[in-house]
Amino acid sequence: MTRKLPNTIRRNGPALAAAAVLLAVWQAVCSVGLVPGYMLPSPIEVASALVKDWPALWENAQITLQEAFYGLALGVAIGFVFAVLMDAFDVLYRAFYPILVITQTIPTVAIAPLLVLWFGYEMTPKIILIILVTFFPVTVGLLDGFRAVDPDAVGLLRSMGAGRWQIFRYLKCPSALPHFFSGLRIAAAYSVVGAVISEWLGGFGGLGVYMTRVKKAYAFDKMFAVIILISVISLALMALVELAERRCMPYRHLREKS
Amino acid sequence: MEKLEVRHVSKAFDGRSVLEDVSLTLREGELVCLLGVSGGGKSTLFNIISGLLKPDAGQVFLDGEEVTGKPGKISYMLQKDLLLPYRTIVDNVALPLLLRGVSKQEARQQASALFEEFGLEGTQTLWPSQLSGGMRQRAALLRTYLFSQNVALLDEPFSALDTLTKSAVHEWYLAVMERIRLSTLFITHDIDEAILLSDRIYLLTGQPGRICDEIRITQPKPRPHDFNLTPEFLVYKRAILERL
Repeated sequence: MTRKLPNTIRRNGPALAAAAVLLAVWQAVCSVGLVPGYMLPSPIEVASALVKDWPALWENAQITLQEAFYGLALGVAIGFVFAVLMDAFDVLYRAFYPILVITQTIPTVAIAPLLVLWFGYEMTPKIILIILVTFFPVTVGLLDGFRAVDPDAVGLLRSMGAGRWQIFRYLKCPSALPHFFSGLRIAAAYSVVGAVISEWLGGFGGLGVYMTRVKKAYAFDKMFAVIILISVISLALMALVELAERRCMPYRHLREKS
Repeated sequence: MEKLEVRHVSKAFDGRSVLEDVSLTLREGELVCLLGVSGGGKSTLFNIISGLLKPDAGQVFLDGEEVTGKPGKISYMLQKDLLLPYRTIVDNVALPLLLRGVSKQEARQQASALFEEFGLEGTQTLWPSQLSGGMRQRAALLRTYLFSQNVALLDEPFSALDTLTKSAVHEWYLAVMERIRLSTLFITHDIDEAILLSDRIYLLTGQPGRICDEIRITQPKPRPHDFNLTPEFLVYKRAILERL
């Protein structure tokens, strides 16, 4: 019997089983009363909060998603430009790479309030913060990809009369795609978290703002509901990236198909 | 008519001489081999012929026209096939045409027209990773051919293939060459391969690379399957071994 299980179940079975066991233990702990209900809501309570609060959650989620989308799109575009320039001009690479690394060591929670002071409570500071956290993985991924190109392949294209732009278009860019997508997957996850953090630290709407409200009301079931929603959104975004990756690079998934 | 001529080419890197006064010619339809130890500057010579490197002295002529230091005239093929994994076979092969500004549609058509000649029929829409090593080398050769009509520079193109595949590829290569009137300059360190395929062999000594001798293989083509077992073959082989 076990041998005939479909592939997806066999592959994801252990993870699903582990999650189910954890949920069951959590529910049991709450039902028995080991932890008081106001401190830790049971999974069922969380689920009902998720359903009951859905209109408010969805409204705020739309704001967060919008910020994440704009921030991610701009972050990717800026990251791409940085990578191309730093790859083309070694001086720029040596001048700016250390600075780029330093920008990543600045804690987001420290810089978000400053951005709010400078740019107000609207969407701008959120988008700037998301750009700050998303451009870096894209830049680094692309740079690695550009640098990993086989010098012999560059020589071959040059011998065929290819100019710099043609080498970029036909060789460097497509060769860097796998690296780009691993950077993008990280950036997509960062974008949602970045949006929530910056909303949390000052704003009028979005899941982060919603979180601060339910936290002040000690509505832990709603708190858990919003955490779950954020996780689901992040996962969905990463899945979208993976889908785009498969679309763009069919040659990397040949074996899985057959 | 001389297809390709290299005149008195010298090249040094950081004061260390790599090539010294190398001259050679390749006539139309000829297969000429450069035979020598590794590190003898053979690849440097190919980079000079293809225009990627400028020689310190000397000139390169293609069909009587000077092409020294001008890439985009003569391409080459390496032991690595360098097929781009993200392009289908037909798009890989058509790449030199695209670089020259031919439209995608037109380039695909021109390339596809030669697939059968090169024993690649039916592989157009496959990815390089789906082809065997021998087939990939054929595709790489077709790409080289589509770039520089009639002249091919091959740098140890078959040395990564196993013995049986190799001898099949040799036979196929000679047949194709004959049909498409290809002139070939060929680098190898495999003496047997050189004698089997070549019309002439230049012997290259290492450090600095100099041509120390030229050997003509007079055995007519196509050569018999067991040519490498004949006494004549051994005479050639002994002569080469003595000089290297």
